[in-house]
Amino acid sequence: MNIPSSIWTLLVGIVVTLVSLWYGQNHGLLPAPASDEAELVDGLFNAMLTISTGLFLIVEGALIYSAIRYRRRPGDDSDGPPVFGNIPLEILWTAVPAIIVIGIAIYSFDVYNSIGGFSPHAVHDAPIGEQAVRMPGAAIAATLSDTPPSADPNLNQEKSDAAMQDPATAAVRNADQIPQRRNAPGVGVVSPTIGASPDKEGAPPALTVNVTGLQYAWIFTYPDTGITTGELHVPVGREVQISMTANDVIHAFWVPELRLKQDAIPGRQSEIRFTPKTVGEYKLICAELCGPYHGAMNTQFVIETPEAFEQWQKEQQVASRDAQQLVAMNSADLSPAEFLAPYVSDLGIQPEMLQQIHHTHH
Amino acid sequence: MTQAQLQEGANLPALSEEPGVRKWRDYFSFNTDHKVIGIQYLVTTFIFYCIGGVLADLVRTELKTPETDFVSPEVYNSLFTLHATIMIFLWIVPAGAGFANYLIPLMIGAKDMAFPRLNAVAFWMIPPAGLLLISSLLIGDAPDAGWTSYPPLSLVTGQVGEAIWIMSVLLLGTSSILGAINFLVTIWKMRTPGMTFNQMPLFCWAMVATSAITLLSTPVLAGALILLAFDLLAGTTFFNPTGGGDPIVYQHMFWFYSHPAVYIMILPFFGLISEILPVHARKPIFGYQAIAYSSLAISFLGLIVWAHHMFTSGVPGWLRMFFMITTMIIAVPTGIKVFSWVATVWGGKLRLNSAMLFAMGFVGTFVIGGISGIMLAAVPFDIHVHDTYFVVAHLHYVLFGGSVLGIYAGFYHWFPKMTGRMLNEFWGKVHFALTIVGLNLTFLPMHKLGMMGMNRRIAVYDPKFETLNFICTMGSYLLAVSTFPFIINAIWSWMYGPKAGNNPWQALTLEWMTTSPPAIENFDKPPVLATGPYDYGMSHGDDEEVEKVPLSDEREPALAAGPNSALRADPDPKVAAHPEDRK
Repeated sequence: MNIPSSIWTLLVGIVVTLVSLWYGQNHGLLPAPASDEAELVDGLFNAMLTISTGLFLIVEGALIYSAIRYRRRPGDDSDGPPVFGNIPLEILWTAVPAIIVIGIAIYSFDVYNSIGGFSPHAVHDAPIGEQAVRMPGAAIAATLSDTPPSADPNLNQEKSDAAMQDPATAAVRNADQIPQRRNAPGVGVVSPTIGASPDKEGAPPALTVNVTGLQYAWIFTYPDTGITTGELHVPVGREVQISMTANDVIHAFWVPELRLKQDAIPGRQSEIRFTPKTVGEYKLICAELCGPYHGAMNTQFVIETPEAFEQWQKEQQVASRDAQQLVAMNSADLSPAEFLAPYVSDLGIQPEMLQQIHHTHH
Repeated sequence: MTQAQLQEGANLPALSEEPGVRKWRDYFSFNTDHKVIGIQYLVTTFIFYCIGGVLADLVRTELKTPETDFVSPEVYNSLFTLHATIMIFLWIVPAGAGFANYLIPLMIGAKDMAFPRLNAVAFWMIPPAGLLLISSLLIGDAPDAGWTSYPPLSLVTGQVGEAIWIMSVLLLGTSSILGAINFLVTIWKMRTPGMTFNQMPLFCWAMVATSAITLLSTPVLAGALILLAFDLLAGTTFFNPTGGGDPIVYQHMFWFYSHPAVYIMILPFFGLISEILPVHARKPIFGYQAIAYSSLAISFLGLIVWAHHMFTSGVPGWLRMFFMITTMIIAVPTGIKVFSWVATVWGGKLRLNSAMLFAMGFVGTFVIGGISGIMLAAVPFDIHVHDTYFVVAHLHYVLFGGSVLGIYAGFYHWFPKMTGRMLNEFWGKVHFALTIVGLNLTFLPMHKLGMMGMNRRIAVYDPKFETLNFICTMGSYLLAVSTFPFIINAIWSWMYGPKAGNNPWQALTLEWMTTSPPAIENFDKPPVLATGPYDYGMSHGDDEEVEKVPLSDEREPALAAGPNSALRADPDPKVAAHPEDRK
């Protein structure tokens, strides 16, 4: 019996759809999510993977089917049918991908908004005129001098100043060498990054941590308690804000389980906010090439219960006093090896690596 | 000097015994014949491909185990920096220019490129630039800040190596600008009488789009690199934060070139595939105009997507959304091409020879790279996988699964035209099988590695990734092995392969309407079009006649006297049409 080709097309379509739907949910390609934000990102990825699987199966299937079904038979030197095009078909396969990408774009926009990409603190409403006036020596200042200065406080500047004056990190940041960018028009001092999610907008984060990236370590300071440490500990279920900058070259803060990444850029502040969800120990990785030992630049990221976090804070406050005495020495006189020595035990840096570090600065 | 005089100078006869056969010396000289230059490009870039491939295998050998046990971390960084720079600037980009040099004048029925001497200059910038770059390895101070060379890192690593890298890339960029000018002018002004834009082979359309991007974006890279050189050598602080400079500005300038550059690396091969598929499927290309105009659309959109490389570095939210949308829109013209290729193959009479296999392999693997590209455009997901092996996998599916398979397809397809001899089909298929298996073995696991948390450009990694990395490394060895059948096949067939004849594939584009290899001035007389480039299956059972029509001896004077008839005038009576008649 001859089955009509429309039936075959329908059957193939159903199978492709089912396989795509199943694989989109059961791919096992991502680590378990550990924050509220990560689950939203995973939902987006699963949707994209479902569509992608379908597309992949259709294109590869058509190619392999053609290679078998339409291969030239021996002795057949004739040409195929002269089909130059098919306008309805071409319109269809222009429209379908267009609709798919518009759908993905809208979904991405929604996820991005939900994880705080459009938080007014992240995308700061930088009043350009005011900044131009404040910039010393800017030619534009003369033309704009009639503009009265805005009464709104520049939150970016305040945040940046506060972070830079944080006594716990002032010594390890070479703040005198790398001036923080002042109000660059439209950009702001704080690199626009991931801020508070819409439901937490306006509320201060439950915990703020300042992060400094330097070759090849992360240094975390907790401004509320004055703790300085080489590991990042956060309590579960409370929104955390990470304010970061870098000392020497660009680094990038990445915890795969959080699905969040942000470059730490010398001369700029950048911040991300997230709400940890799952207790556990994760790896915090530097994701931007920062030199030969870039691969070894990682540390522990611990999400713990509030009680364990309190306990950890108490222990650290003792240890941190020692660390501050160390960093109070003039760090410029120390070789990187000497300077990093107090952190070695925390950071898991191998002694051999420290010995080699000074070779990297030619 | 007028164009006509330049053209005349380019067509001075070379000493040769039979049509198209040149002395080996010509390939090492400042020859201005576009076919010599095309082969110079292809052979030179292939040598650089082999060097870049060896570097890649050294990188993969280091990554076989989680520890740094093969090379020091400094050397490791130099290896991947040079691997990327060589593969991009000395292999894929100039290989596209090599095919364009060889094919464009033949495809449009011209005697040579518009500016033959400029053409030779453009080529002869490449070997010194390449040797300069590789010399940095020998002096022990190779660049090690990645091919992106982001400051401030590039300013604090080795100064000599970084300066060499900047100089070398500037030279290569200049070369590709010169080439792009030549391609545009040639395609615009030197088409054979009667060939409208809509009768042009699709490869020429692809090169119009490619050259436009090259001309618009490469100067911006030059600007970025010159400023970087000032920072590096003269102590300025354009990008150096210690003096108030902004490293993000470099990223904007760098990617303003380097994202369009991926289209410079893929559009020519989109064009090649559009040539190869209809010939071996024996069907007209499906949707000629859709494919032609989608190249232009990609070229335009390619200029406004660069900040998607900077979603995690410091661009405002609205800008991320803008670049997300522009990046995703590129999927539409690209999708049009892919579906058109599939429709071209569908229902044809497929000759599954090596060229066709590589062309279909191109479509099949490029799709994977394209799909992951759409995923990377989605900002929230990109924030997770940016700078990880997911990106490495994506770019290798596009640039290896796309560009390199496209180059191989082109080699197999036009080898008979270039050398007058056929390649061995058996070893071609062995080459294809090894390449496809090796490429998927090497790059498919990288998707998972990246998503699970392996960042790129690292010499040490978490031991939990060891198994997948081992598979990748074995795949890369297989890829290295896969080139041997090709190299041996190419050299042996070039010397001893069976004679090809003028048109072994019964193709309809103009390059097949002349001898193989073509004579010095390509055509005895300017060819006159009698069929479209892809009119397969139009005259049932009467193929022989179709082939002969395009080279009609009955030239129509009205067609010959086009606006540029000076460039297409009858061959100079002092220069004999057949080289054997030349004294």
